[in-house]
Amino acid sequence: MTLDKNEKLNMEEILKNLDKYHPRRKGWTDRKPLPPGTKIGPFEYYQVSENLKNSIPLPAAHALQNIDPQPDAVITSEIASGRFEDDIRRMRMAAWHGADHMMVIRTTGQSHYDGLIEGTPEGVGGVPITRKQVRASRKALDMIEDEVGRPINFHSYVSGVAGPEIAVLFAEEGVNGAHQDPQYNVLYRNVNMLRSFVDAAVAKKLMAGAGIAQIDGAHNANATAREAWKVMPELLVQHALNSKYSELVGIPADKIYLSTVPPTGTPGPVLRMDLPYAVALRELFKNYKMRAQMNTKYMESDTREATVTHVLNLLISRLTNAHIQSTITPDEGRNVPWHYNSINAVNTAKQALNGMDGLLEMVQLKEEGMLRDQAREIKERAVLFLEEILEDGGYFKAVEDGFFVDSGRYPERNSDGIARDSNGGVGANTIMERDEDYMAPVCDHFGYNKLPEGLEKACDPIDECTLCNPEKIVYIDELDEEDNANQRLAKMQEHREKGLIRPEVEWYGDGWVNTHLFLPAEPKVAEAAAIEWAKKLGMENPEVIHKQTMHPAEGTFIELKGQVNIDIDPSQIEIPEEEELVPEEEILQEIKDKPMRVVAATVGEDEHSVGMREIIDIKHGGIEGFGIKANYLGTSVSLQKAVDAAEEVNAEAILISTIITHGDIHRLNMKKLHDLCVERGIRDRVILVAGGTQVTNDIAKDCGMDAGFGRGSKGHHVASFLVKRRRELEG
Amino acid sequence: MERQDDFARRREHLKDLSEEELYQRFWQLTEEIVSPLVDMAKTHTSPSIERSVLLRMGLDSMQAKELVKKIGDRELLSKGAGHVLLKVAEEKGIDVKEAAQGLIEDRYWEIVDAQWGGGK
Repeated sequence: MTLDKNEKLNMEEILKNLDKYHPRRKGWTDRKPLPPGTKIGPFEYYQVSENLKNSIPLPAAHALQNIDPQPDAVITSEIASGRFEDDIRRMRMAAWHGADHMMVIRTTGQSHYDGLIEGTPEGVGGVPITRKQVRASRKALDMIEDEVGRPINFHSYVSGVAGPEIAVLFAEEGVNGAHQDPQYNVLYRNVNMLRSFVDAAVAKKLMAGAGIAQIDGAHNANATAREAWKVMPELLVQHALNSKYSELVGIPADKIYLSTVPPTGTPGPVLRMDLPYAVALRELFKNYKMRAQMNTKYMESDTREATVTHVLNLLISRLTNAHIQSTITPDEGRNVPWHYNSINAVNTAKQALNGMDGLLEMVQLKEEGMLRDQAREIKERAVLFLEEILEDGGYFKAVEDGFFVDSGRYPERNSDGIARDSNGGVGANTIMERDEDYMAPVCDHFGYNKLPEGLEKACDPIDECTLCNPEKIVYIDELDEEDNANQRLAKMQEHREKGLIRPEVEWYGDGWVNTHLFLPAEPKVAEAAAIEWAKKLGMENPEVIHKQTMHPAEGTFIELKGQVNIDIDPSQIEIPEEEELVPEEEILQEIKDKPMRVVAATVGEDEHSVGMREIIDIKHGGIEGFGIKANYLGTSVSLQKAVDAAEEVNAEAILISTIITHGDIHRLNMKKLHDLCVERGIRDRVILVAGGTQVTNDIAKDCGMDAGFGRGSKGHHVASFLVKRRRELEG
Repeated sequence: MERQDDFARRREHLKDLSEEELYQRFWQLTEEIVSPLVDMAKTHTSPSIERSVLLRMGLDSMQAKELVKKIGDRELLSKGAGHVLLKVAEEKGIDVKEAAQGLIEDRYWEIVDAQWGGGK
């Protein structure tokens, strides 16, 4: 099935014949780098990959030939709506903005589920990872990657007490990347440590067989530690243990990615702390790859603050390296990620990586001094940590003794680490030694396996396993008649078919809206007032999701969410028609045959000339480019002077720009211009046009103008209007 | 354990190592720590591992769960759940899916008992 960019994803189509679907490729795919100095639009790039066929560029690209350079690193989008049918829509949006690694967050609690979950039940903070969910997502991603023109990696988690089974599922269904780190199970999910490591070996071997890229779990130490910057030596240790373990089990080094987060947060001096760490890490782990993640530890509810932190994290990526650039949604400090915040995070990465393209062509990290000294110290502290693990009696003993996630900067110890018992935790005492005649007649199995002699493949005795013959995979659709995607889709079926529109942030039609308020009151009062205000607006379940004191007495900034279950039927509303433009060639010819002169000015107390220059200048595609003669009078011009000039040169039109206005000055200016022209008796032969960020065509016409041009207007729009209007005036 | 930062004293034996020597030491220690873990994984199995084998043999997740439970109850997972299943299929001359369904319905266990004596 091919997607039409003007049509929504058809869930029914995706769910159809899922039992017969098989992935068209397996394994991880990197971006295809373009040679240094590649030209895209007006610029040369040193760290970019192939362009997309369909994409949405950054907003400012409209002034830069609409280029959308794709950085060299794969970019991750966190997908966590809790419903897979909504996840898929979000993946499509993220892909259009430049994400090619869709990291689907699992539902809370799946780690402790002893076995596979089937069907499409609803999750909390993520989705239950099931065969149907994985298969439908991969199928949708096949279509989406065709639409944008770049392979998309699908990713989830091989952790918990069902790791090997989930790894089989992922290998069978063409999942491309996965988190796998037994230390994560042990430390944060309290899964028994012996079970965790035994299971991990089989899971990793399966991942290796399917070319799945592995991301480790060390970043969690950063998020859990009391003072994250002190945990740096331990982070190196955790990365090392999982990387080496994985390699010994069979994952090739170039499929082993370290999940690394710059540990520190602002207002700390983050670069001075995080850069030596990033350098030490990349030197010690030069054989492996880097998945650079953004910081979550020092995230509050302020999305602006989070974004700045993330840009500083991206600076670390550019000053060192990152093979995968992961993103954290700026709203993760307040709720599960919303659609548009997932996209914002992707754009933060794309924008910052583009902006810092080729940075190391000009800047070099110092070979001596603070950076080197600190990098060396972190490495030595990590080596000392490893030495003490061995002295203590090995890994399991060290975990029992609470070596890990201690808040002290190693070798400092504060006795507050996470200690686990070898005989404790979920799945304790469930591993057993393989007997001498142990056998598993399947491929990609790790460890001792006494197969009959003379086999070509391990699965010969059963005439192919599911990894060799996907037809053998058993597909289960749904187990729960109520809690499944079909039921959820049916609930909103009529809504969808009628094409009704309701705001949403997580799920189709969830009704959540976010409003930004400044209230001239102290924080406590402002919060209560905001809730009252929301109720009066008719919002249900209003909640303040962010507040920031502007001044203890003068006021508070508030972001407030609430549900509004108002549906808009687009067939019942008037949607302004987009004006059809006179073709460029036609305008050129018409002006050549009959020249036109206009007077242009930025009026009032306004020194901004950018907008008007863009409309006029030939080099910005302005009206001069169509042969129209424009007398630009400059900024802060009085209306009187503009009209005088028009009379003097016999201009056919007056163009005024009123960009920055307070208290409706832009309206007054337009009305005054109209009145002046009437007074002088020239209104019937002079076309009046106003432009500016707060101007719309309707406002301008209300104020006596012939037309108004707002944000996003181009010279072509204005030239086309002038030509059309002159035709009308001339009858 | 509580301990002041004694890095300055502890690092004595490291401070003169070259960057390359420090790198080698880091990875040598790491390998010393994880090697016994890899050895343990080679020689052990778990219910999840055995279910993963049955999945690869073409059973669905519910069958795999039930069958591993039954084999575990007989303390025979150390033989390999796939091994037990394959034995039954071969003895009965049926495919593994049919054999699995039989075992889940408590048939064919006599073959298992004859081979392994009903467990250790």
